[in-house]
Amino acid sequence: MSTSTLTRKKSVNNNSSHRNSVKKPVNWRRVGAWALVAIAVAVTVAPFLWMLRTALSSNASLASNAGNLLPADFSLGAFKRVLGMQTPEEAIAEGGSGAAINFWLYLRNSVIFASVTTAGQVFFSAMAAYAFSRLRWPGRNAVFGLFLATMMVPPIFTALPNFLMIKNLGLLNTFAGMTLPFLFMTPFAIFFLRQFFLSMSREVEEAAMLDGAKHLRIFFQIVLPNAAAPLATLALLTFIGQWNEYFWPLLVGQDESVRVLTVGLGVFKSQSPQGAPDWTGLMAATLVAAVPVLLLFIAFGKKVVNSIGFSGIK
Amino acid sequence: MTTLTKQQQDPAARAGLPKAGKTARRSLTNRLGDLKVALFFIFPAMIGFVLFYLVPTIRGVYLSFTEYSILGDPTWIGIKNYTAMLGDELFWNAMGVTVQYVGLNIGFQTLIALGLALLMHRVAKSTFIRGALLLPFLVANVIVALLWFWMLDYQMGIVNEIISWMGLPRIAFFGSEQWAIPTIAAVNVWRHMGYTALLLFAGLQSIPNHVYEVASLDGASPTRTFWSITMPLLRPVMVLVLVVTVIGSFQVFDTVAVTTAGGPVNASRVIQMYIYQKAFGESDFGYASALSVILFLILALVAFVQMKFLKGNESDLD
Repeated sequence: MSTSTLTRKKSVNNNSSHRNSVKKPVNWRRVGAWALVAIAVAVTVAPFLWMLRTALSSNASLASNAGNLLPADFSLGAFKRVLGMQTPEEAIAEGGSGAAINFWLYLRNSVIFASVTTAGQVFFSAMAAYAFSRLRWPGRNAVFGLFLATMMVPPIFTALPNFLMIKNLGLLNTFAGMTLPFLFMTPFAIFFLRQFFLSMSREVEEAAMLDGAKHLRIFFQIVLPNAAAPLATLALLTFIGQWNEYFWPLLVGQDESVRVLTVGLGVFKSQSPQGAPDWTGLMAATLVAAVPVLLLFIAFGKKVVNSIGFSGIK
Repeated sequence: MTTLTKQQQDPAARAGLPKAGKTARRSLTNRLGDLKVALFFIFPAMIGFVLFYLVPTIRGVYLSFTEYSILGDPTWIGIKNYTAMLGDELFWNAMGVTVQYVGLNIGFQTLIALGLALLMHRVAKSTFIRGALLLPFLVANVIVALLWFWMLDYQMGIVNEIISWMGLPRIAFFGSEQWAIPTIAAVNVWRHMGYTALLLFAGLQSIPNHVYEVASLDGASPTRTFWSITMPLLRPVMVLVLVVTVIGSFQVFDTVAVTTAGGPVNASRVIQMYIYQKAFGESDFGYASALSVILFLILALVAFVQMKFLKGNESDLD
């Protein structure tokens, strides 16, 4: 597939450059199409720049310079405020509301929540996917079908009973309560990995078997290393998803000690009185909260972009 | 010569025969052995499946037939929750609001995403542009909601600044009853359009080239090609994308919770917000469970109808 699209692209390019060199007509269709692409990218990216511009402004001058493209009265105060490097008095002097966001604590909580759930989910789902793809056992397809069927159940439907169970177990406002429902599996993760495991050749595995290797060794030394790429992709998608999760942590992780960034941002917003929200602080906080995802995206962007097609279609 | 090689092969095959018999006998024991190993490998996922998917699904259905305020035990009240729903104006309002949201969101999102996918396919294939368009999807709903809450602010938001420069009256995007839902829908279209476009783009790429070549040989216009080739061949992907996005947008919550919390009045109280408020605001877990059963049934119906009606499983390529 990729080769055919490549050659097609090449031939299209050749055609157009050839035509250009002969008659040089302006291809208005193409110009229009590129203009549309540019508009789409601008519409997507501009709000993030506006977020940065606001975060670098000072609240006091924001109102009088609402339409100015550059930061109004450039100041790092909002970032300092969010990162806890500013006293409440200074914050109020800068036009902040005095509402605090315990950023470092929420950041730590988000890191714990997202990494524990990602590690558990990917590892245990890989184990299950191994059983569903490399092992033969009676009832395999029926159990797999049952797992898949739960993909249809909307999260809100299981959220209420899950909340009750976590509450009955006394795990409200603990990391255990927050991570448990995500820790062992999602049907999607198992499905995703099973597809890859199925396509692996049996020969290496059989050779290892003849050498007397047991399943645990095959799993750890052959299957996992050979599936490093899909495992990394799944881990990346899971981490981003968990980092952004709001509903479940809102239900069971309200307490300050376990509150994650998404919930913290919501609280921070509702803390500011309706009259004068701390816009610069809010934008600085959202920007800083988005940084980990942005960094991951800069590092692995291509992988994410290419995996979206796979995860959606397959 | 050829007979010789055949004879040479024969002993090898004969030598392999007992081996094959051995593996056949071994595979019978392997079957049982594999079951044990499989149970070991599947054990953690099974815990998760039973505790957090299977049991809650059953318990959710059970709770929907009870009155349960979390303090005492659930008491069985039959279908009373469901009959109460029929006369519950807030429920019908939430349904109406949700359907309005889904319609606006899916309509615009699909059209824009299809346009973007075609642009990516025909003009700009670069990963950089695809990445840029995907960016909003990777950022948390909460962050997107707060960003637009600021940009659409009545007093100081840049969007209202632009509107007033153009000499038009400012709009209370999140604060007025007729604007709240269209605004939330627009924000989520912005967040999801790049993602949906990427899915459709992947679908476009899977349409074989020769189909287009034949069409251009026949002198088909681009419009004709689009309606007669691209759309029919894109249908299976389109159905999948629609099923996924419709099901997703029926469950909108984060954006509403952060920006309007269901207001003004009830203008943006979508069904999931209503369930949340019933359960955690009013401690009415029985009724909230009944609401989520209805939501579940609607989603299942939507998926079923979409798959059937649009014949999602069949591809015209075969």
